[in-house]
Amino acid sequence: MGGLILRRLAQVVPVLFGVSVVVFLVINLIPGDPARAILGTFATPATIADVTHQLGLDRPLPVQYLVWVDNLLHGDFGRSYILHKPVIDEIGARLFPTLLLAGTALVLASVVGVPLGILAAVRQDAAADRIVTLAVLVGISTPSFWLGMLLILWFGVRLAWLPVGGMTEMFGGGGPLDIARHLVLPAATLAAVAGAVLVRLTRGAMLEVLRQDYVRTARAKGLSERRVVVRHAFRNAVVGIVPVIGLQAGFVLGGAVYVETVFQWPGIGRMLVSAIGTRDILLVQGGVLVVACAYVLINLLTDLVQAVLDPRIVAS
Amino acid sequence: MSAPAASLTVTRSARRFALPPALTRLLHNRTATAGALLLAAVALVALLAPVLPLQPPDASHLALRLKPVLTPGHLLGTDQLGRDILSRLLWGTRLSLAVGVFAALMSSLLGSTIGLAAAYRGGLVDAALMRGIDTLMAFPYLLLALAIVAALGPGLFNAMMAIIVVNVPFFARGVRGAALSVVRADFMAAARLCGLSDLRIVFGELLPNVMPGIVIGVSTTVGWMILETAGLSFLGLGAQPPQADLGGMLGEGRNLLQVAPHVATIPGLVILLLAIAINLLGDGLRDALDPKLKAGGTARSRARTDAASGEERRRGLPAPLALARLPLALRGLRTEFRVGRSVYAAVGGVDIAVARGEAVGIVGESGSGKTVTALSVLGLVASPPGRIVGGEILHHGEDLAEVPLRRLQDVRGGRIACVFQDPGTSLNPLIPVGEQVAEVVRRHAGLGRRAAMARAVSLLDAVMIPEPAETARRYPHEMSGGQRQRVGIAMALADDPEIIIADEPTTALDVTTQAKVLRLLNDLRRERGSALLFISHDFGVIASLCDRVHVMYGGRVVESGPVAEVLRHPRHPYTRRLLACVPALGSRTGRVAPIPGLPPSTDALPTGCAFAPRCDRALPACTSGDIALRPVGPDRHARCIRADDE
Repeated sequence: MGGLILRRLAQVVPVLFGVSVVVFLVINLIPGDPARAILGTFATPATIADVTHQLGLDRPLPVQYLVWVDNLLHGDFGRSYILHKPVIDEIGARLFPTLLLAGTALVLASVVGVPLGILAAVRQDAAADRIVTLAVLVGISTPSFWLGMLLILWFGVRLAWLPVGGMTEMFGGGGPLDIARHLVLPAATLAAVAGAVLVRLTRGAMLEVLRQDYVRTARAKGLSERRVVVRHAFRNAVVGIVPVIGLQAGFVLGGAVYVETVFQWPGIGRMLVSAIGTRDILLVQGGVLVVACAYVLINLLTDLVQAVLDPRIVAS
Repeated sequence: MSAPAASLTVTRSARRFALPPALTRLLHNRTATAGALLLAAVALVALLAPVLPLQPPDASHLALRLKPVLTPGHLLGTDQLGRDILSRLLWGTRLSLAVGVFAALMSSLLGSTIGLAAAYRGGLVDAALMRGIDTLMAFPYLLLALAIVAALGPGLFNAMMAIIVVNVPFFARGVRGAALSVVRADFMAAARLCGLSDLRIVFGELLPNVMPGIVIGVSTTVGWMILETAGLSFLGLGAQPPQADLGGMLGEGRNLLQVAPHVATIPGLVILLLAIAINLLGDGLRDALDPKLKAGGTARSRARTDAASGEERRRGLPAPLALARLPLALRGLRTEFRVGRSVYAAVGGVDIAVARGEAVGIVGESGSGKTVTALSVLGLVASPPGRIVGGEILHHGEDLAEVPLRRLQDVRGGRIACVFQDPGTSLNPLIPVGEQVAEVVRRHAGLGRRAAMARAVSLLDAVMIPEPAETARRYPHEMSGGQRQRVGIAMALADDPEIIIADEPTTALDVTTQAKVLRLLNDLRRERGSALLFISHDFGVIASLCDRVHVMYGGRVVESGPVAEVLRHPRHPYTRRLLACVPALGSRTGRVAPIPGLPPSTDALPTGCAFAPRCDRALPACTSGDIALRPVGPDRHARCIRADDE
């Protein structure tokens, strides 16, 4: 197991390298003058020259990359010229709300989606399966930003049960309960689509596993159908579902951009959208890099969980 | 050079015939048809937008701002600038649809090119391309799109470019995977040998073979593309005012949510409809084109094989005889598989009896129905598509095809146990083998966890597994094939069954192990007084284990009798030919004489004798009507009109 962790960690390094190269290239391959793109049309030539030098844009590309990575490793993500503060500070303040939102949504989607997927597989072609399948179809076809608005209209405005946004400061008083009340609608919105995908994949994985020879063996042993499904089939299906949950992490981290915008949630997604609007390229770069790294680490985690569940992985 | 050329022609013609069935399946798929109709309706209205009597989408009337739905002249009301929502909606749908379809096509084009190049070139090219693709996939999908839009600047075209780029890895990976299996196929090597140019091979051979996958990919991603582009427009990063796609309209309506909810909710509804239509169609296309799904391959197998009602199954059966009291008596068993519109009569009326302590063999080629016969006994034939349509499965007079599931489960692994063909797949890979054996003991002997485990270890010892206590904690993948099958035997012996059904238990093992495992199985079952129903394609093995044998062909028993008798004097031409395949037993010269031709497919069995087309002694009468299994001596039966000939 220890060896496996080391091997997987070693595999993560080139991935992180690749991710950093892509993010680096995004800023450097901007058509035209990056400094002008960063500073906007009204910048004076002097400031542009200044920023060009500051960003090291007058040096060769590989050197620029190394300097950039060196700075990153020292916690220097550059400075936002719009917000007039270090990028790292802004990201630091917004990372937790995004992770909280995405994490809650992912847990919600798994807790609801996986059992529904099993139900649909075990009751294949029965009414329960048809209803679940229809719900999945609607779920994966629903734009989350639209669903968010409907929830605001219904639960926030018409029923007035829950706040519809205005969560400006995560820790600005109100305490955990207030955070939870603000979290319900956005997390549910985000979980709906991710959950629908999980139902579909869980159903597929279960159907696949239920056709395996060892399920027939389990039945031939005289085990009850419940035991066959839970102990023999589901346990094997989980091995396939765990990495899917990892992939869904990428989906909720991305989808958080819409949901944060609709619900005015103070996370990285909303920061990115406004940063793109203000051409605050360094902020975009930092935000994308941090979230992508989080995603890589989540996938590392699900890889390891999968290895714990499947003895064959450690062996190979 | 003629052989490779011939194989190329074969694949070509096979392809030409492959499309119509796919189209038929698509048309028969109701959900796909519903999706296609819905999509066609939306697309038609959107396409007709320029000629429909609509107000101009960008004409604002500040006096008519935010009119509600059903306002005269404005069916769906107006927005914050007094523009007609219906008109904007149709023009917006047009735009969203065009962008989604174009993005999916571009993305599949780029991705497929990368995937094909990687698969065809292999080596460094493959490694480099795939490393790049993996890196793109390490990003959360939407964030990469945002980064690209950030670099290029907001705008519908740039948003579309971003969506295209982030979907390329999906296609590249899928196409590479599909193409790799083709690249390794024989006819590709043949094509290279023929001296075809790379381009011709890629476009003439490779692309057509991966095309269904690409079509499925496009159809399942168009919906995504529309949603994602709409999303970027919603965020203000896509279509810029006054031009609006559906997402842009939603974005503009967001600020008016409480004042005029219809401005935002209506475009969202259209996106939803569009996405549902496309996803329905995409799922249908996938079902129609994916060969894995063709044969009902996704159907879950039920707890037991479906069976027709007792009345239906017993129709035409003779009155029960005394042998109905035996541990096992199959009477006129018929098991079918229904796949699409074909019906495979895998077992077409089989009578087999097993007495206490007796070893009975079933022998036949693959496809003869011997395995399905064996699996039918405990209702282990996957259902759907399998179904027991006729006959009885009597266990001491009790019909296992109709006993309650609970009762059947008591018999399974208790009175009747199974040893399966491939120990590599029939043991659960995630559970230590000791537990898998102990599970049977707990279920049937009602022992506690600890006592059951002790019993399991002693069973492992009985099947000659060294260090049984240690091995009990191992997983199947840590053991050899022979060891795994010993575990399978231990599982079957766990509750001292009355009958063990062994379905080719040694076929997956190497020859030296085969003999050992067989001897072990036979010794143990004799010690414990269990009867044996042994399925094999190997007459030699049957001869060494069994007292009586049933020879199956085309789903029916063609000859039966005591093994020694059948060996000495086979009465059915098929048995004779089968024995000729066994060098040591059939012929003194050691010459093997394979039977020409192939066994018939059970969905199109000929009238009369199924073996007649391959038989060197066939007469016209052989194919004119059904031929009965008739007595041809003491305890001997044969299904041949010439059984008495010498």
